[in-house]
Amino acid sequence: MRTTTLKSVLPVLLPAKAKSGSLFSFRLKLWHGIILLCICLLTSTAGFAQSDPIKASVFEILLRWMPLLLTAFIFNIAISMLAMGIGTAAGTVLGLGQISPNAGLRKFCWFITQFFRNSPWLVLLFFAMFLLPFEFSIGGIDIPLPDWLKATIGLSLPVMANMSEIVRGAVNSLPSGQWEAAESLAYSRRQTLWLVILPQCVKRMLPPWMNLYSILTMATVLASVVGVSEVMTTTGRALASEGGRPDLLAPFYSFVLLIFFIYCYPIARWTVYLEKKFAVKG
Amino acid sequence: MTWTINEPMVSIRDVYKSFGAFEVLKGISLDVMKGEVICIIGPSGSGKSTLIRCINALNDIQKGSILVEGQEVNDPKLDKLELRKKVGMVFQQYNLFPHKTALQNIMMAPVRVLKQDKAEVEKIARELIRKVRLEGKEDAYPGELSGGQQQRVAIARSLAMNPDVILFDEVTAALDPETVGEVLQTIKLLAEEGMTCILVTHEMAFAREVADHIYFTDRGVIVEHGPPETFFSEAKDPRTKEFLSQIL
Repeated sequence: MRTTTLKSVLPVLLPAKAKSGSLFSFRLKLWHGIILLCICLLTSTAGFAQSDPIKASVFEILLRWMPLLLTAFIFNIAISMLAMGIGTAAGTVLGLGQISPNAGLRKFCWFITQFFRNSPWLVLLFFAMFLLPFEFSIGGIDIPLPDWLKATIGLSLPVMANMSEIVRGAVNSLPSGQWEAAESLAYSRRQTLWLVILPQCVKRMLPPWMNLYSILTMATVLASVVGVSEVMTTTGRALASEGGRPDLLAPFYSFVLLIFFIYCYPIARWTVYLEKKFAVKG
Repeated sequence: MTWTINEPMVSIRDVYKSFGAFEVLKGISLDVMKGEVICIIGPSGSGKSTLIRCINALNDIQKGSILVEGQEVNDPKLDKLELRKKVGMVFQQYNLFPHKTALQNIMMAPVRVLKQDKAEVEKIARELIRKVRLEGKEDAYPGELSGGQQQRVAIARSLAMNPDVILFDEVTAALDPETVGEVLQTIKLLAEEGMTCILVTHEMAFAREVADHIYFTDRGVIVEHGPPETFFSEAKDPRTKEFLSQIL
């Protein structure tokens, strides 16, 4: 006991802990995946023992549906990447607006950011689904807006708001001396931002940005609620077409959880690695 | 209005500056001729740093006039970027750009702001590195340099803009004692070459050695000023005497 307290006799002298990961506290661990794998295997083989020999085994059914489920999952990834792209671009603009010298623009961007950041993702998704038209026309050409694209736009709204905060936070975390040094060398505001401030922000923004992407990927299943044929919708249909057998529920849904884990875990690991790497150099 | 070399390069007249209700500068006036080195000394919080930050418009002033080569700084229509091309500045915390090497730090402003030819700028930048005696550190990042080395890069970075006057804001205050000398040596070299320098400093021995004129400020006013020979030996004001007795 005594030795453990001695280790931190002078906590004030410890370097400040990096805060980049504090935006989202949830983090995937390897044991999450191992548990999922165990549930998936146990439930599918345990089901085999119980089931009627005439019916196909649970494991066989799962194997049969796997290609379709994986294809649907690829659709989830596509939605997540597109939503991330839109959200990152719009969020960067919004974040830069939040640090604009123009007070009106700054307040407007702050309001938009806070509005979308503090709205439930599902509500924003419904908002986009039912308020966006199913097609729009530019110069006489009708461009259809399918459901999955509407859902993507809906999901990109909270991403945009969170990205805006990541940008604002990163810019504000730089010492004011960087601005002053650039100003005293006759850099314009735009030059200061693009040549001095933002290049230093990129590595500060990368870990929270990747974290945000992980969260978004897991949130793409919300699109099932509005009928987009992604992995959750497909799983539901597969289960229905198998006659709604209750012994299929656990293996199928734990399989879906497992593929999300396999996709998101490396991102989480990489984020941790980057956070550590950047925390040392500062 | 055109400025001639017989007029002060920097002319500060009756400058008032406050942060909110707190009045930092209460009617400061001083002149700096071309090639002159002036040192501003005084206790902490007496407004020294604020004063020199007003010269390149990093801080604005409420009242009074600051002329830099005849150009009024206290003017809402002032082209700050044009002013800052003439007035260099070196900071206490160096403020080098950490994502750029020493050479890139020096080259960036002339290439990006003054739009000078890159090869030409690189030649000048390498000469400046030699001048501040940092040969071999061209490709080092600021994080890999000592405080004194970083500060010398910062001086070279300022010189690369070819300014008419350089402001030094307590440039040795954050340094280890053993690296203070190398930075002061660099400033002395500039002074000998005829660069107009305005220094805020706590290095009294250095001020005595290089300054043409010394100003002592306290609570926002200039209490006493004079050439170093008389300033240090014949201080009249009790506040100056007290300050000097504590420092020397």
